[in-house]
Amino acid sequence: MNWRDFRIWGLAPAWVIMALTLVLPIGIVVLVSLSIRGAYGGFDWGLSFDSYAKILFEEDWDGNLAFTPQYLAIIGRTLWLAGLTTLICAALALPAAYVIAQAPARWKAVLVYLVTLPFWVSMIVRVYAWIIILGNDGVIEKTLRGLGLVADMDSLLFTNGAMLTGLVYSYIPLMILPVFASIEKLDPALIEASHDLYGSRWVTARRVILPLTLPGLMAGAVLVFVPCLGAVLEPILLGGGKVMLMGNLIQTQFGGGRNWPFGAAIAVTLMGLVMIFLMLNALRARREVSHA
Amino acid sequence: MRDVRRYPGARIFTALFFLWLYLPILVVIAYSFNENRLASVWTGFSLRWYESALHNRALLDAVQISLTVAGIATAIATTVALMAALVLVRGRDVRLRRLSETVVNLPLLLPEIVLAVAVLILFSQIGLQNGLLKLVIAHSAFCIPFAFLPIRARLQGMEPDFEEAAQDLYASPWVTFRRVTLPLIAPGVFAGAMLAFVISMDDFITSNLLNSGGSTTLPVYIFGLIKQGTTPELNAISTLIVLGSLILATTALVLTFRNPNRA
Amino acid sequence: MERKKAIEVQNVAKSFGSFQALKGVSFDIYDNEFFTMLGPSGCGKTTLLRMIAGFESPTAGTIRLHGRDILDQPPHKRRVNTVFQSYALFPHMTLEANIAFALENLGWEKARIRDRVAQMLDLVHMTPFARRRPAQLSGGQRQRIALARALASEPEVLLLDEPLSALDLKLRQAMRDELRALQRATGITFIFVTHDQEEALDMSDRICVLGAGEVQQIGAPNEIYEDPENRFVADFIGETNFLPAEVVSVEGDRATVTTPLGPVTTWHKGAVAGAPAMLSLRPEKIGMEDQAPGEALHGTITGRNYMGGYTHYTVTVNGTELRVSKRNAVSHGASLAIGAPVRLGFRPDSARVLAR
Repeated sequence: MNWRDFRIWGLAPAWVIMALTLVLPIGIVVLVSLSIRGAYGGFDWGLSFDSYAKILFEEDWDGNLAFTPQYLAIIGRTLWLAGLTTLICAALALPAAYVIAQAPARWKAVLVYLVTLPFWVSMIVRVYAWIIILGNDGVIEKTLRGLGLVADMDSLLFTNGAMLTGLVYSYIPLMILPVFASIEKLDPALIEASHDLYGSRWVTARRVILPLTLPGLMAGAVLVFVPCLGAVLEPILLGGGKVMLMGNLIQTQFGGGRNWPFGAAIAVTLMGLVMIFLMLNALRARREVSHA
Repeated sequence: MRDVRRYPGARIFTALFFLWLYLPILVVIAYSFNENRLASVWTGFSLRWYESALHNRALLDAVQISLTVAGIATAIATTVALMAALVLVRGRDVRLRRLSETVVNLPLLLPEIVLAVAVLILFSQIGLQNGLLKLVIAHSAFCIPFAFLPIRARLQGMEPDFEEAAQDLYASPWVTFRRVTLPLIAPGVFAGAMLAFVISMDDFITSNLLNSGGSTTLPVYIFGLIKQGTTPELNAISTLIVLGSLILATTALVLTFRNPNRA
Repeated sequence: MERKKAIEVQNVAKSFGSFQALKGVSFDIYDNEFFTMLGPSGCGKTTLLRMIAGFESPTAGTIRLHGRDILDQPPHKRRVNTVFQSYALFPHMTLEANIAFALENLGWEKARIRDRVAQMLDLVHMTPFARRRPAQLSGGQRQRIALARALASEPEVLLLDEPLSALDLKLRQAMRDELRALQRATGITFIFVTHDQEEALDMSDRICVLGAGEVQQIGAPNEIYEDPENRFVADFIGETNFLPAEVVSVEGDRATVTTPLGPVTTWHKGAVAGAPAMLSLRPEKIGMEDQAPGEALHGTITGRNYMGGYTHYTVTVNGTELRVSKRNAVSHGASLAIGAPVRLGFRPDSARVLAR
């Protein structure tokens, strides 16, 4: 085995697989988004921006285009829910990770294990659990009824709140682990130094702990935000398909073979949003490095 | 003396957080022992749904398909990731190093639904029919970064001294890899393989979109059951999956954190 | 007797981007020699060692091992072994397996390997530990195993990269003697890299002082210390007083200079008549009071640092500060107070004139 050659052929399989299963197909998706919807599902090659126009406009009976907020609302809701999920995950992860990091060594290993464990449990099972809890006659409803607080209530399922709960629950481990890693690297002497220099707990948290764990928070934000934008399970099962997100909108277009070019156009839009987010994040990271 | 590092309320918050983390899973487990046909009406303790789950042909088929796909995809992804990590961490003057690293991690940078749509269209265009093969290809691709990251971390955490010492002591590059590098990064390789396996077993979005007769994976099968409504059997199946994940996760963590330096 | 050259370094240069780590270095190392490369960090000594081992290649120049150019050989083909600074003992192998590793790669027979491993363990007094793993050893024991592992295959040259720096002071002292003894016993050429001048002076047959990517001086320890080639060497090895001097005349190896302490005639390196120079005068060469040899100088004590075995005084003579070290020969002996007038003296031959 020659090391010089290995530099080439060691990387070749990764390149080939990614090129054939990712780069090339994404190129095809872009082409499909520009093609024309086929008569019997599928698509016919062509160059048309109809699918993108459909995101904003609706064709009425006379063939005129009228603005429709339907899909914009879905995109907006997706961004809003993904953003909110990321924020809630960060707010939950920071104190939890801090307590875990401060725990004695023996406890720490156990707590890290416990916080990772749900991540290993199948996502679909974890989402399903919330159906049992939130659903009609579910755990929450029964508990509230048992306490005599409500006589009858609307289902908690199929709401934005249900989706939000499911998203936070699904992705919280992806936030905790990087945040924990950066808190662990934090020198405890820095916290003591802050107190020594007359900083209260609140000042220490805001001016010492938070800035120093920001890299972990940002890494976690990327890990949570990106998959949230493309979430499929949560909107279908907890949103019941009534409140759509971009993920299940795309899935529906391909699922029933209904409108591939439109589905591809939404997918390209989603990809664009993710890229803008990642680029902003990279710019911010670079700025921080140049400051440091 | 007060410990300035402690924040009042943080521990209670964390305790509640862990409760929230585990309550849903515990609810599923508890409901799986319900004797009643209706999941939400508790009538008594029973193991009958476990029995019926274990005799469910379609479920067992789905498990078998998931294991097959995850097994093959893990082997492919881990091998590819190991090779890439060796070049990217240890190689000198590697051209396109940063680009290559991005390429290897590409599946992490995009929402899975986009990748799923992409492979779906690709397979329909080249007319690939074999459902199992489609799954293996797609899963291998998106599992690569999950196998890659722990291997790279382990390699980066290992001083190149050991490999240099091996070469210094007349070991050829291949002997160096087999007798020094591989044993020392084995925990990372194992962790990567485990992660790839779990990601593949757990995958819903791609498997669902590519789903065709004879290639229904476990999550896709469960999804179908959930759509039909909550049943105690579904709870039993979920509990079995939780149990399986628990065993897998514990094995993985124990093996990963076992320090090879301590004999 | 013509000695055989083990290593020939010829015009070796190395640049990292625009930084020149080595600027065309040349020297020879002889068989059976304990050769030390000494210099401050960043002087290129480790780079040079890694080039001989094969982990780095020079930008220009050649390196020969017993006459053969080795630059195109990969590390695993070179009959040189390294004792790494971190020891780099394979953590997943027993000590036996660590020592046997090289022999297995060389294709030795099993029985011969077994004998050799036993012999090496015995040589470094580690036989009872054969089945242990590196993590169970102390620093000194690891050091011994690293030596045994590197020496087992009888390399043509042994390279040691600051091997004592990880040990504590007492152990370091003991290991110096062990290393020297081991070199004598095996007769293998040792190339030792260190930034610790005391180690270098103590162990080496010859020292190569490297500074700023260039060879500053090569010579026996006492030559390096007593007859430094230039200001860099005089400053880096030991302590010294540098006095500004004007060269009055040069006659062969000796020069006469004027200094704040008066005219001095002594050995010189690179002095040119009429040009400014430096007089280097080591603190221990200056005597005080009853120990003062030569012509008497009168000064005042302006500083004092008590060091246990010695006291370092700062004495001002004619407005020039001199550092003078005095052995504390008698316990609780009278020490000189700050402000006290003293009489100093030194033999001119102990001073050196160096180019500025």
